[in-house]
Amino acid sequence: MEQILANGLYLGAQYALIALGLTLIFSLMNVLNFAHGQMYVFGGFVTYTVVAQFGLPFVVGLLLSGAILAVIGALIEKFLFRPVIRKSKREESTMLLAAGVAFFLDAVILLAFGEKQRGIPKIVDGVMNLNFRLIMPYDRIMVAVLAVAAIIGFILYMQYSKPGRAMRALAQDRVAAQLMGVDVDRYSMLGFAFGAMLAGVVGGLLVAITGVNLGMGGPTSIKAFMMIMIGGAGVISGAIAGGFILGMMESVGLSVLAAYGNITYLVIFASLLIFLAIRPQGLMGKPWG
Amino acid sequence: MTTKNLLGLGTFLITVFVLVPVGISVSGRWDFYYTLTSVALLSIGAAGVWLTFYIGRINIGQGAYALIGGYVSAVLVVKADVSFWLTLPLAGLFCTTVSVLIGLPILRLRGVYFAMVTLVLTEVTRLSALALPVTNGAKGITSIPLPGELSILGLTIIPDFATMQNPKLAFYLLAAFLMVVSYAVLWRIVNSRLGHLCRSLQQNEELAASIGVNVAYLRVLAYGISSFYGGIAGAVFVAISQSIYPSSFVVTDSVNFMLYCFLGGLGYVSGPMLGTLLLYFGWNLLSVAKEYQLLVYASVMIALMLAVPNGVLSLFDRKGDRK
Repeated sequence: MEQILANGLYLGAQYALIALGLTLIFSLMNVLNFAHGQMYVFGGFVTYTVVAQFGLPFVVGLLLSGAILAVIGALIEKFLFRPVIRKSKREESTMLLAAGVAFFLDAVILLAFGEKQRGIPKIVDGVMNLNFRLIMPYDRIMVAVLAVAAIIGFILYMQYSKPGRAMRALAQDRVAAQLMGVDVDRYSMLGFAFGAMLAGVVGGLLVAITGVNLGMGGPTSIKAFMMIMIGGAGVISGAIAGGFILGMMESVGLSVLAAYGNITYLVIFASLLIFLAIRPQGLMGKPWG
Repeated sequence: MTTKNLLGLGTFLITVFVLVPVGISVSGRWDFYYTLTSVALLSIGAAGVWLTFYIGRINIGQGAYALIGGYVSAVLVVKADVSFWLTLPLAGLFCTTVSVLIGLPILRLRGVYFAMVTLVLTEVTRLSALALPVTNGAKGITSIPLPGELSILGLTIIPDFATMQNPKLAFYLLAAFLMVVSYAVLWRIVNSRLGHLCRSLQQNEELAASIGVNVAYLRVLAYGISSFYGGIAGAVFVAISQSIYPSSFVVTDSVNFMLYCFLGGLGYVSGPMLGTLLLYFGWNLLSVAKEYQLLVYASVMIALMLAVPNGVLSLFDRKGDRK
């Protein structure tokens, strides 16, 4: 049982970080970022290239993943989403654009990094073993701790820094924030860059454990959507809750339902549908986003 | 209908049923039949998605209904030995029933919430197809017989596909016919009282409800019709490929259905048809670009979105706003 809980926490920390980026972009721009999973895979490949090919330390790879993805995110916002949002009659048009970006990133990843599964050597060796009740490799613990640290850093940044406050104001009410002198364009760009950066960092973290491959993008996006549906779209606390809940459900499901075959996700999806029928806006979301 | 509209419709019908087959037999590019048949079928599914857009819901779950429709038809044909022609409407009706049951709770959601749930629904359907015994799991159902003879009172309407010299042409004509009928029905719906009511939902659901529009009934109805289209498209697809697997329709297909609608234009009935033709045909033509296929395709898609964010058809109504 302790093992299941520990696995759930480990998964949840990563998931929450992915969901945070997605929910940040959603709350600022009202854009459902289909390309989030692809950004995450891209980040993983950047870390892989830096660590495995150039032989630089893991931390450098992680930082570079974040930085490169932040630049990509900022460029995508400035040159793609902003003009389309301005010109389009219906705001859903951004979904087509987001899907286009997802395809584009898939193509770039395929051309730049190939379609093979990539991973890097273990960063920390050894396994923590508490009386065989709880077995956890040290590198997984490290990744979980790093993810939690990133989440705490993100919350502190959003809560106490000036750009963080501006972004929260934008998420609450765009017009009011603009009237108070918030530079809407600038902080939308910053928010998008920040969201993409989080995706890149998680990708970088994961490449150290399981590795990444091209096909992971789409399923990751779907998982991220599920997390923000559980927690409520556009709410930071909701994204964190959603991430940990999904991680826990996956971990419990994989061990409890293993006897019935591969139905964990079927059960999770079904319960999600029922949950949403009762509480459409998720745990902490505002009604109708 | 004005004379201009009639002329346009006539040209379209002649192109679809006469010019395309003649053109293909002259040029000898028989592979285009398969592409164009797929375009016709996908545009039926996209028409359904478009209808849900029309009531103001983003539907990324059409792949689920295409898969369900395909499985209903396949299971009935293979296990119960029912004629394909009977399974076609049955597949549609089954999808409608499922969509009503699912739609009642989830249609209360709006915006991205609805979009995300429907996306999840596609994944649920795929997993269910893997887990249920009747679908034969990951192995799928294969070697499904071609559609047999359809006759009423001894009068043959459609001959047995297996005895035909050119089943490709027959499938093309079937798909094109179904497409024309679906779009005619869609056009009729949009230009009827029901269509006006749907538009009121798209604009403001609370206002519509306060005036006395039965919002809950309307949106379930629209979603049901939409799923019917998806089921039909899936069933014919299965008949053509003679096989179905849980991965026949996945999330990518659901997203594509939505993209076809967007690209063609959400304000126009023929939008999804044009969008499907452009994207699907474009994708196939781009196969000359080899490994850069996806890159070029995505770039063109992004460029189109930047140039015409309201759909390709919006190019034609610069002067007067038709909608």
